Amino acid sequence: MDFGLSSDQVLFQSTLRRFLAEQCPTTRVRAIMETETAHDPALWQGLAELGVPALIVPSEYGGAGMELLDLALAAEELGYACTPGPFLGHALATICILEGGSPAQRERWLPAMATGAVVATVAWGEAGSQWDPQSWSTSYDGSSLSGQKLFVPFANVADLIVVGARRPDGSPGLFVVERSAAGLAIQRLAVVDMTRKVQHVRFDNTPAIPLDGSAALQRAMDAGCILIAADAFGGSRRCLEMAVSYAKTREQFGQVIGAFQAVKHQLANMACELEPAMSFWWYAAHAYDHIPDQAERHAAMAKAYLTDIYDRVTRDATELHGGIGFTWEFDLHLWFRRAIFDRGFLGDAHYHRERAAKLAGW
Amino acid sequence: MDLRFRPEYEAFREEVRTFLAQHWTAEDRASAPPVNPRGMSLGTSVRTDERATRFRLAAIERGYLYRHVPRRYGGSEQPFDPLKLAIIQEEFRKAEAPGELIGQGPSMLVPTLLEHGTEEQKQRFIRDTLLGKIQWCQGYSEPGAGSDLASLRTRAELDGDFFVVTGHKIWTSNADTADWMFALVRTDPDKPKHEGISYLLIDMKSPGITVRPLRQMTGEADFNEVFFDNVRVPVSNLVGQRGQGWIVSRSTLKHERNLIGSSLLSERVLEGVRFLAQALELRGRPAIQDPVLRARLVELETKVLANRYHGYRLLTMQARGEEAGLAGMVTKLYGSTLGYDVARLAMDLLSDRGLLAPGESEAPAMGMFITAYMWSIGILIAGGTANIQRNVIAERGLGLPRDPAVQRSQTSQR
Repeated sequence: MDFGLSSDQVLFQSTLRRFLAEQCPTTRVRAIMETETAHDPALWQGLAELGVPALIVPSEYGGAGMELLDLALAAEELGYACTPGPFLGHALATICILEGGSPAQRERWLPAMATGAVVATVAWGEAGSQWDPQSWSTSYDGSSLSGQKLFVPFANVADLIVVGARRPDGSPGLFVVERSAAGLAIQRLAVVDMTRKVQHVRFDNTPAIPLDGSAALQRAMDAGCILIAADAFGGSRRCLEMAVSYAKTREQFGQVIGAFQAVKHQLANMACELEPAMSFWWYAAHAYDHIPDQAERHAAMAKAYLTDIYDRVTRDATELHGGIGFTWEFDLHLWFRRAIFDRGFLGDAHYHRERAAKLAGW
Repeated sequence: MDLRFRPEYEAFREEVRTFLAQHWTAEDRASAPPVNPRGMSLGTSVRTDERATRFRLAAIERGYLYRHVPRRYGGSEQPFDPLKLAIIQEEFRKAEAPGELIGQGPSMLVPTLLEHGTEEQKQRFIRDTLLGKIQWCQGYSEPGAGSDLASLRTRAELDGDFFVVTGHKIWTSNADTADWMFALVRTDPDKPKHEGISYLLIDMKSPGITVRPLRQMTGEADFNEVFFDNVRVPVSNLVGQRGQGWIVSRSTLKHERNLIGSSLLSERVLEGVRFLAQALELRGRPAIQDPVLRARLVELETKVLANRYHGYRLLTMQARGEEAGLAGMVTKLYGSTLGYDVARLAMDLLSDRGLLAPGESEAPAMGMFITAYMWSIGILIAGGTANIQRNVIAERGLGLPRDPAVQRSQTSQR
């Protein structure tokens, strides 16, 4: 047994981190998030050149054929740098097509998605915090979709939207809608996490192409939970680093505040939560590819666990900075907002814990 | 990352099962001597009767127990393989077979001796400690030296081939039943406080030792005060160099914190809580259907699993020869906090049934959970209090400066 990253994974992660430190410092993050789309094609292209959207695409479709853990390590770095852009929705749409597409459908979309030339997203949520596919009301009548989906990331820049809806027999399935499709209306929303904007999307007899969604849907949702957990971890680690470095330089009462036990202990508690949490999402990502009977439950637990931690770490780090931490100019709120996205998107922690309880047969 | 049980591991599991079927029969299982309540409260298997010892010897011979200890000292000297270790632990637990003993001797002293002991000390103590023939207690804390352990004052003065020990230890678990103590004593009072300390092995039957039990909040008396009045200890019982006891003790402490932080205890208590939640009713319905309780159960199960996977990660780092660093420093704080949270969930689940003391026949699970709850607070203190752990994490793990008050006190001692 080996429970650690390979040297290739470590190298990939450090390369990506260096790239983001250079190409996407928080000044750039702010500039991008203030735009209408929060999507910077040049940055996206840079990520594509590093192979990020191609990571889990099989090599026959021009991808790197890696595992979810590799993709999650990328998500961690994007979370660490608070990178704006369509990564999450694009990755989930990729998994939907990978898991549910026919060979012809895969051939049609995956190569362009792997290079990032085609940007895709997923439309899953519905009004009333309904992320459970059994509760969806958007329907597919055999050729087109009707209904509305909430919180679709980067719907306004996506070329493809993978929509979750009911099939004619009532069972949930996945359907691909192309940007040019008729009867597609996108409503912009003001959102807390400006690095990952979401929109409402209405479908009015919108032509859609069905995927074989029965197993793909759950797979993609599990992957989403794990990618969010990894994003939350990356963001938490960054906030802890910022707080530690502030505590080492900020002086009060004639000494750096990091010498005070109250400050030290708060930081130690954050570090103490983060170390085992990292081991947990690694395991969850690994289970997704290798331990099928544990995959869904671990994904649910990882989402709830890591987003809880992210919430607390961003809160504690902000408090530790004092007044400066509460200003717009200071960067902490970028992660604070991102933590709010991670908690709410795909369903809250309580929902996922209840799911984990049910999956255990309780 | 590779967590797969490849075919060779499935074969190994079969081999372990066959061994257990042959060497640990239903009759062996049923022959258990009365359970030691202390063992229960700490969640450890303390069976050391003749059957258990005979079985352990066979298991060591086969390479299943004490794999990290060389054969010449009584271990089975196997290559490091955490997956095999996990299989052995799993199968032994299923068969209720006596596994490795844990506790001060096997878990803390043995690794310390392996690292710092003389050949003679290793030969003399390790084998018997691993089989439970020698029971150990740990003589660290003193009335004036708890968190600030290095200010301990128990003296050991050299007199020919002997150290003469005089002083007072406290919070010494099992001193009343232990055969030997590993102790920190001050051999050079004029040196700076961390440098004048030595690590001694003391025979508890030596003249001049008085043990006085201290009753703790659980109502039991697991720990004691120990008084030394001119106790003579042969120089050959010094572990490491004279004056280097602090360095030797850090090796012990690391193992103690790993032991306390290990996931096993919380895993077992949580298993019990889950079982109880399915068996008990709370306000007219099965407790497991209570949404708040379900959420807390999943939350704690997640953390218990995180603790387990974190252990895998540490083992891997060890196998790769990497420094555990921050990852290693958090284990005690995480594990002990978790132990408390799990036990507290048990108390909430018991509701008013938690009023019943251990031993009351009406108490669910013989009151085990109230004992576990009280002990979980003791564990937060043992091996360095939670706040001391936070200092360690912050200063050594995150690189924050030491507390100025502590710095001042150390400068003035020098």
